Amino acid sequence: MKRIQAIVQNYPEGSQTSAISMALDIVQRQIGWIPISAMHKVAELLSMPRMRVYEWATFYTMCKREYRGKYNVKICKSLPCMLRGSDFIIRAVEDATGCCAGGLSDDKMFGVDLVECQGACVNAPVIAIDDDYYEDLTVCDVYNIIEKLRCGDIPPSGPQGGRYAAEPCCGLTSLQTGPPPPGYCIQEALRQDKKGDGCN
Amino acid sequence: MAGVLARVIQRTKPQLGIIGPLVSIGNSNVAVVRFQSADAAPQGKQCGAPLSDCDRIFTNLYGRHDWRLKAAMARGDWYMTKEILLKGNAWIINELKVSGLRGRGGAGFPTGMKWSFMQKPSDGRPKYLVVNADEGEPGTCKDREIMRHDPHKLVEGCLIAGRAIGAIAAYIYIRGEFYNEASNLQVAIAEAYQAGLIGKNACGSGYDFDVFVHRGAGAYICGEETALIESIEGKQGKPRLKPPFPADIGLFGCPTTVNNVETISVAPTICRRGGAWFASFGRLRNQGTKLYNISGHVNTPCTVEEEMSIPLKELIERHAGGVIGGWDNLLAVIPGGSSTPLIPKSVCDTVLMDFDALVAANSAFGTAAIIVMDKSTDIVKAIARLIMFYKHESCGQCTPCREGVSWMNKIIYRMVDGNASPKEIDMLWEISKQIEGHTICALGDGAAWPVQGLIRHFRPELERRMAAYACVCGPSKAERLY
Amino acid sequence: MLRQPLTRALKLSSPARAAPLAARTFSAQPPAPEKFEVFIDDKPVQVEPGTTILQAAALVGVEIPRFCYHERLAVAGNCRMCLVEIEKSPKPAAACAMPVMKGMRVKTNSDLTKKAREGVMEFLLVNHPLDCPICDQGGECDLQDQSMAFGSDRSRFTDIHFSGKRAVEDKDVGPLIKTIMTRCIHCTRCIRFASEVAGVDDFGTTGRGSDMQVGTYVEKMFLSELSGNIIDLCPVGALTSKPYSFAARPWETRRIDSVDVLDPLGSNIVVATRTNEVLRILPRTNEEINEEWLSDKSRFACDGLKRQRLVTPMMKDSRGNLTPVEWEDAMVAAARALQNCPPNKLLAVAGDLADAESLVALKDLVNRLGSENTCTEQYFPLEGAGIDLRSSYLCNTKIANVEDSDFVLLIGANTRFEAPLLNARIRKAYIHKDTDVAFIGPKVDLTYDYTHVGDSASVLKDLASGTSSHEVMKRLEAAKRPVVILGADQLKTPEGAAILAYTQELALRLQDKLEDKSWKVLNVLQRTASQVAALDIGYKPGVGPVLQDGPQVVYLLGADSGVVSRDQLPKDAVVIYQGHHGDVGAAMADIVLPGAAYTEKRATYVNAEGRAQQTLAAVTPPGKARDDWKIIRALSEIIGERLPYDSLDEVRDRLSQISPALVTYGNVENNNYFAQARALAQSLQKPVSGKVDVQLKQLEDFFMTDTISRASPTMAKCVQAVLKQKQSKY
Repeated sequence: MKRIQAIVQNYPEGSQTSAISMALDIVQRQIGWIPISAMHKVAELLSMPRMRVYEWATFYTMCKREYRGKYNVKICKSLPCMLRGSDFIIRAVEDATGCCAGGLSDDKMFGVDLVECQGACVNAPVIAIDDDYYEDLTVCDVYNIIEKLRCGDIPPSGPQGGRYAAEPCCGLTSLQTGPPPPGYCIQEALRQDKKGDGCN
Repeated sequence: MAGVLARVIQRTKPQLGIIGPLVSIGNSNVAVVRFQSADAAPQGKQCGAPLSDCDRIFTNLYGRHDWRLKAAMARGDWYMTKEILLKGNAWIINELKVSGLRGRGGAGFPTGMKWSFMQKPSDGRPKYLVVNADEGEPGTCKDREIMRHDPHKLVEGCLIAGRAIGAIAAYIYIRGEFYNEASNLQVAIAEAYQAGLIGKNACGSGYDFDVFVHRGAGAYICGEETALIESIEGKQGKPRLKPPFPADIGLFGCPTTVNNVETISVAPTICRRGGAWFASFGRLRNQGTKLYNISGHVNTPCTVEEEMSIPLKELIERHAGGVIGGWDNLLAVIPGGSSTPLIPKSVCDTVLMDFDALVAANSAFGTAAIIVMDKSTDIVKAIARLIMFYKHESCGQCTPCREGVSWMNKIIYRMVDGNASPKEIDMLWEISKQIEGHTICALGDGAAWPVQGLIRHFRPELERRMAAYACVCGPSKAERLY
Repeated sequence: MLRQPLTRALKLSSPARAAPLAARTFSAQPPAPEKFEVFIDDKPVQVEPGTTILQAAALVGVEIPRFCYHERLAVAGNCRMCLVEIEKSPKPAAACAMPVMKGMRVKTNSDLTKKAREGVMEFLLVNHPLDCPICDQGGECDLQDQSMAFGSDRSRFTDIHFSGKRAVEDKDVGPLIKTIMTRCIHCTRCIRFASEVAGVDDFGTTGRGSDMQVGTYVEKMFLSELSGNIIDLCPVGALTSKPYSFAARPWETRRIDSVDVLDPLGSNIVVATRTNEVLRILPRTNEEINEEWLSDKSRFACDGLKRQRLVTPMMKDSRGNLTPVEWEDAMVAAARALQNCPPNKLLAVAGDLADAESLVALKDLVNRLGSENTCTEQYFPLEGAGIDLRSSYLCNTKIANVEDSDFVLLIGANTRFEAPLLNARIRKAYIHKDTDVAFIGPKVDLTYDYTHVGDSASVLKDLASGTSSHEVMKRLEAAKRPVVILGADQLKTPEGAAILAYTQELALRLQDKLEDKSWKVLNVLQRTASQVAALDIGYKPGVGPVLQDGPQVVYLLGADSGVVSRDQLPKDAVVIYQGHHGDVGAAMADIVLPGAAYTEKRATYVNAEGRAQQTLAAVTPPGKARDDWKIIRALSEIIGERLPYDSLDEVRDRLSQISPALVTYGNVENNNYFAQARALAQSLQKPVSGKVDVQLKQLEDFFMTDTISRASPTMAKCVQAVLKQKQSKY
């Protein structure tokens, strides 16, 4: 509640409805999904018509209007992931969690969803489990991740194939040297403002 | 306004003069003059070459170094920001104009000009800067690297851009899925506030500026600037009609400029090293450096910063380890994110990665997100996947996009199996033309172009499938209508 | 910080684009806009900056097809039907939203335009069911008409053989509106109407893309006093009238222009009939009264015209039961009762729905019998100027002018239910003109925010004397075009005279200070359609004094609101009831004379602002029922006091003798005797202590206020629906 109040402060007076995304996000983090009663409360807090909150919640895909499991596994199926084999990943996830896409596993532990691009295309194929991305997946990785989650561990997120981020996986092709220091090659107009700095 | 407008500009060069009246805000003369020169032969560089490391702006692209304030300052961020701010808005905008920076969000609208639209005398309303970090186009993942590994570049960019346009605050609209990236950014903003770099009297320049993060909740359409504004206002992300443009009536009814993360993040470095330095890369009107995402069937998919106008082939071979199975195994490339039409291998051999070269190749530069497809790809299914993406992400507001894209989706999925009539290929082409240019925002265009690209270059493949289907299952039911 | 004209508009729902409106507001600001020339199909036209292409085209008579655009709603621009080619522009623009620029050349008939329209039309039809033969919209469907005019002649939708068309679940939005959502083309007119005009934010779009649906919150019903208008707004058959479903095709019905009498505004209507039966009532555009809207009661209560009707004269038999008799018997009995009655023991009471002709006939008859006791049911204080000055009991500002006001003070008038379309005007001013509203009375939902000044009458006293420290005082005094509306219900109370006096004092004090001398501040909002005409003719408001004398004969002219009841009368009193519905009045009557309802007679009504309008006979009265003035005329003949008019024209001549305003149809006179009224009222400014209350507080109170709506099954269903909705957790 207080956090919502604080978030409302971020927006100009009279624009408290802007806080709806954060408010519903907080709800979703607390109870895992967004029931109608929570929408009522948010509508009241932000003094907006209930219909507008409901509209909002049905428009955005991240709003879960039903329980999606303790771990919500979201598998990206967009083109770059598809080219890197997301179809196999989907099958692997379905097999490992025991529920098909769009469903909820029997123990309510996993909810599996197929989603559109998650914005990590060079690390395809990608799955997102709640907020964490698991990238560069192989079918084997999927089984490991799901198994660890089942045991209560949170496996390390990020690329599974050994690289750190979005660099080429077999060695850097750029940025091999360290970053230049501050003021590197600063332009003439600014150099006059501050003497002593220049092109190293 | 960049979205629709500049795409139009790219496509219809001979008619450019007339865009003037559409860009009614501020100095349309500049628009006319700039674009009319497009017909002249590009001067200067003929193509880009690999950058040297010291000319790369995003020095921590791969997260090899710490992203926090101290380390960022050691890499040169926040260096002499105060002096830059004190130079004033005209100076900053001029640097941007000299640099030739064109918006990095896909439309390629000249940033300096966009900012100059905000120079009208104030009518009492505050101005806002909105940073579009709703990166969700398949293939594109450059902003994510900036936000998680170099967030201070973005925060500093917000301050400088905000100063240039006279904004009181910046809202960074970051897609909801990027939770960890948003956290990093939020920490970076907090650090900057603590260090007095932003907030009241930012950097000691006497200029007050706030930066807020607004997380989205999963809607690709919110990457459209007016939809993004609607979304920040707490509504469904449905694009607004233009005019009025955001520079007139934007966020909370106030003048607003919407820029991409990359555009904003390169601004401080441009100001520090000078517009002329930035303009020295790439061909004329396509200057600068750019983050490329290379995904799909390459040996080492990666994100890399390179010079504009670099040949596509060189880019793939140098950084992405080449196409799987060798260059000859290449089938087609989608050069600028999913909404750009694909280009077949014959074009890929020579094409340069910049705005003009790709328009000449019947495609577009977009966000420079290169999706490589080798010969094992089911090309029809690949495009069908993209159309399904657009069907899923269409906001449903206006008719051509809502009805047309789902119809195209139905047809193209039948074409994957060949269960269609060859006459439907022409019909599909017409449908895509009926969508293109008839919608409120550019999403409809983005959905139409991949289909057009497919038909343009792979029509025989479509016909082959239909013939094969007819051989096995008899004529398709679709034939009945003809 | 953002207190600008657009803040309220910006709060509207997302499809309701505020921006184009705002743009228009800005361009309308001084300096005075200079007109410039644009060309529509090479026809030059002079327009003001900010005009849209569609409006400019309308000026030269070029109609551009549209679905989502509606001139009284915000621009959505989402149907894309109005795409037109603009010379030198590479792609077509939406004419409804694109402002014209100097020298712009628009081509509404070029190949590009035609192609764009045909494309949009094809897309709209892709998922539109081919159920025109069973669709109630057939014959008045925009989609039908426009696909004939602009569509292709064949379908290319091959997928009909594979996946078929989209099907959407129908929503239950209440007893008035039938939804077939598969037919919806997502123009969002209903959503915009609900949030902008009706002020009930219950409609919206859920989902997105091709799954987008128009609907209400979860399974909520759309309950508003103006909900029926979305039926007219819907360009397709997605929203149709539930009571009218499968009743008739538009080309089968006869349409008669008429006037509504169920609220005091006198909204203009069209009565659609077939085989002497009223099938439905539609609004008729009158910019000065109802624009093109109509309240639900006026629209849907018409089925009450077929129920509970008095179709034959009746008299009480020996066992005290009303039994049908011939006209002759009833008339003779009535005449005898009237003749035998001492003049001071005769009381005639006019009810809510009485027309001016019957009012004047009855008054003339009673006068000829030597009595002055003609009264209305509604009370109005006679102290001070009383009803001598017309300005004291009218809405002097006029309905249409309310939307130009900058501050509205409502005193015990729940305009939302007493006069829904006046409330819609206030809401319009509230949203688009930034008008503020203050309210004295119990807390009610007016569909817009208002300053609640409390419910005590003494607040009014302080405001009138200028001693109030309330912020409203300052706002009122600063206002350039204030409006004060007093609900007529307040005048019934013992303090009514004082309340009226204070209201007059306040309004006239404000008016004196205005720069614009033609602006009128004072409004008294009557509750019924007959009251103004009755007061004009010279009826005394209220029955109180005569009733205490113990009248022997009571002549009720459609008086059904229960102000006269049997137990107030002497045991041997004779009650004659003339009217069209078996309601309170007929139940206590000894003699019943069946009259005609407003759809069955040509009759004059004067609305709350003093505008005389006439209804036309759409159907004949049922059974033996007759025109009301003719009944009275016949009665006078039997009594031997023959009234000197034999035709409607002669009755109207008589009306014009009393007041020419009663027969100058459609016009409304300006009233100017405010100062005199004020002077006369000053002595009445006594201390007041009571509470200001309103009768209609909730939506369920709204639906049944008169004999017609009480007889209407549809209105009963509405009440049920509202009560059911209240129990729902949503």
